[in-house]
Amino acid sequence: MAVKKRKLNKFIEKIVEGLLGLSGAITTITVLLIVIFLFREGGRIFDASPVEDGYILVASTNNPVRKLTAEQVKNIFDKKIKLWSELGIKVSSDSIKTKRLNDYDEAELGKDYILFGNKINKWLADNPGGFSAFPAVLSPPQLNGNLVKVPNLNIRTFLGGKEWLPTATPVAQMGILPLILGTLWVSFGAILIAIPLALATSLFMSEIASPRVRNLMKPVIELLAGIPSVVYGFYGLTVIVPGIQAVFNLNEGLTGLAGSIILGIMALPTIITISEDALRTVPRSLKEASLALGATHWQTIRKVILPYSSSGITAGIVLGVGRAIGETMAVLMVTGNSAVIPYTFLKPLRTIPATIAAELGESSYGGLHFRALFALGCILFIITFSINLGFQFIARKRKVN
Amino acid sequence: MKANPKSERRKKLSQSTVFGLFTATSILVVGILLSILSYIFYNGIPALSWTFLTDIPRDNMTKGGIYPAIVGTLCLVLGSMIFAFPIGVASAIFLNEYLQENFFKRFLRLMTDNLAGVPSIVFGLFGMALFVNQLGFGDSIIAGSFTLGLLVLPVIIRTTEESLKAVDDTYRIASLALGASKLQTIRKVTLPIAFPNIITGLILSIGRVSGETAAILFTVAAYFLPKLPNSMYDQVMALPYHLYVVSTSGTDIEGGRAVANGTALVLILIVLFSNLLAGFIRKQYTRKNRSK
Repeated sequence: MAVKKRKLNKFIEKIVEGLLGLSGAITTITVLLIVIFLFREGGRIFDASPVEDGYILVASTNNPVRKLTAEQVKNIFDKKIKLWSELGIKVSSDSIKTKRLNDYDEAELGKDYILFGNKINKWLADNPGGFSAFPAVLSPPQLNGNLVKVPNLNIRTFLGGKEWLPTATPVAQMGILPLILGTLWVSFGAILIAIPLALATSLFMSEIASPRVRNLMKPVIELLAGIPSVVYGFYGLTVIVPGIQAVFNLNEGLTGLAGSIILGIMALPTIITISEDALRTVPRSLKEASLALGATHWQTIRKVILPYSSSGITAGIVLGVGRAIGETMAVLMVTGNSAVIPYTFLKPLRTIPATIAAELGESSYGGLHFRALFALGCILFIITFSINLGFQFIARKRKVN
Repeated sequence: MKANPKSERRKKLSQSTVFGLFTATSILVVGILLSILSYIFYNGIPALSWTFLTDIPRDNMTKGGIYPAIVGTLCLVLGSMIFAFPIGVASAIFLNEYLQENFFKRFLRLMTDNLAGVPSIVFGLFGMALFVNQLGFGDSIIAGSFTLGLLVLPVIIRTTEESLKAVDDTYRIASLALGASKLQTIRKVTLPIAFPNIITGLILSIGRVSGETAAILFTVAAYFLPKLPNSMYDQVMALPYHLYVVSTSGTDIEGGRAVANGTALVLILIVLFSNLLAGFIRKQYTRKNRSK
């Protein structure tokens, strides 16, 4: 009996230990699943044309054009390109004329726009330089024109495109350069603000403050890390944004600067904690040797302590940058979110995470816009993951040394 | 060689200038925190009342209370902890008690640290793709809880591991020497000793979960839903998302300012309370250990 029970116990133990082992791999599994699900959806961004679903682009019959880029189509409809010759295309009537569904009165088109097909056919015949975009279902049986195709997105147009207008019609503009630059811009500003504050504070805590003061400051820093990002955003929105508006006399306080200030504050705890740890691991003997040689405390900090702990401080800054790049809510609330390439801190800009947060709810499931947002998620994941790996690498090297 | 008194004085002066600067900066950093806290408290306290905590939002969320959001956040905290706490603790036990220091262990730990650095909006995307769509939970408490659970796993694993590491090896050896199996040792000796510290980690992750917004945007959070959830497949309102909505995208942002102030205060109180409680437990525990 006892033997049987012991056997059962052993069996149960093996199962429990198996479960423990499985739990041990949970984070690895999660990282793997994140990669699979993000990249599966995001990778499909290159499968579809950016032309609005169900729409066709049509040029008049004698026009040799068969292919235009998304940017060219947009510029044509925005009247930024006015001549076919600007695109290197020879047509009998060089000036480009455009016609779209909403250029007609609804009354003109009849019930269900049934008359549109004939009208557009006639218009295309009358205007050899004509170019139109309309729903394929309204197309007349014998179309007086040629279909114009827009090539799918590729890595170059996606990463290098200067315009992010994912819901533009008839062709969506999906260039994420403004978003990438916006993210880097805000994070760069944040780090510029955070580094001096964090360095001074960590030096104060490790070198100057008495143990009692230091023990008082620790929980303060922890609390700073614990405040939810949406509360930071709220504080930024109600205090910092109006402040910037008043100080710089702007029409709009929602700016990159507001984002940088908030992100800078949010990055403080990360950098302070890690730098302070690094500063405190400097061997006492090194410090005392320097002091014994007659160096002042400040000289010792500058020539001995800082060089010794520089890699640890760098690691802290790297991790702080990673946190800043991925931060969503606070940035979303204070930067104004206009997707333009930033050139000053005093204008609104838009970051990658804020774009995802603001637009995913409105994009249709599985559509190109939806996929593009997942692709943005992939990029964000790659950036932050590499930064984290970099941090581990620096931190590990320190330990080995 | 005699030291030049002039350069000595200059050295002293530059040192005291720099140190003064450092001290001032530290005061500034503490001041930033205090200014945020006092701003939230100063504006939030007038908005706080019993009705505010127990009533549903009214008049386009400019009046009434935040009861559904409080309940929603409680549901999410509970759901994510039921899922993440046992798995996180189990994971830490495996890492600390079973694995030798080798490549495999280093790899698992690396993954845990990297997961901690994944932005929460990426968790939101992932949760939407896996739990909401692939597994068909829809926008629901269960989808949000799983997403939040995965998000705080690294925190729980890390703190549990630290607490297990702090347990003196003599306890383990003594237990094993008495004939207890490894699992018995963990259950009866190691875990009870490490327990208070593990609870500290749990409390801190509760603070983290209740303030998290980006991860619940597309997995559970409802813009406006003035009723309580019936099952774990329901959507709920949540405090952080409510604060976001009321302060940025509500129909009447100026009118909703009081509600936003109150909501921010409730969020801060949760975080403050969990930090204080965690600190208190940690202190109690270290004192008890020292007196032994």
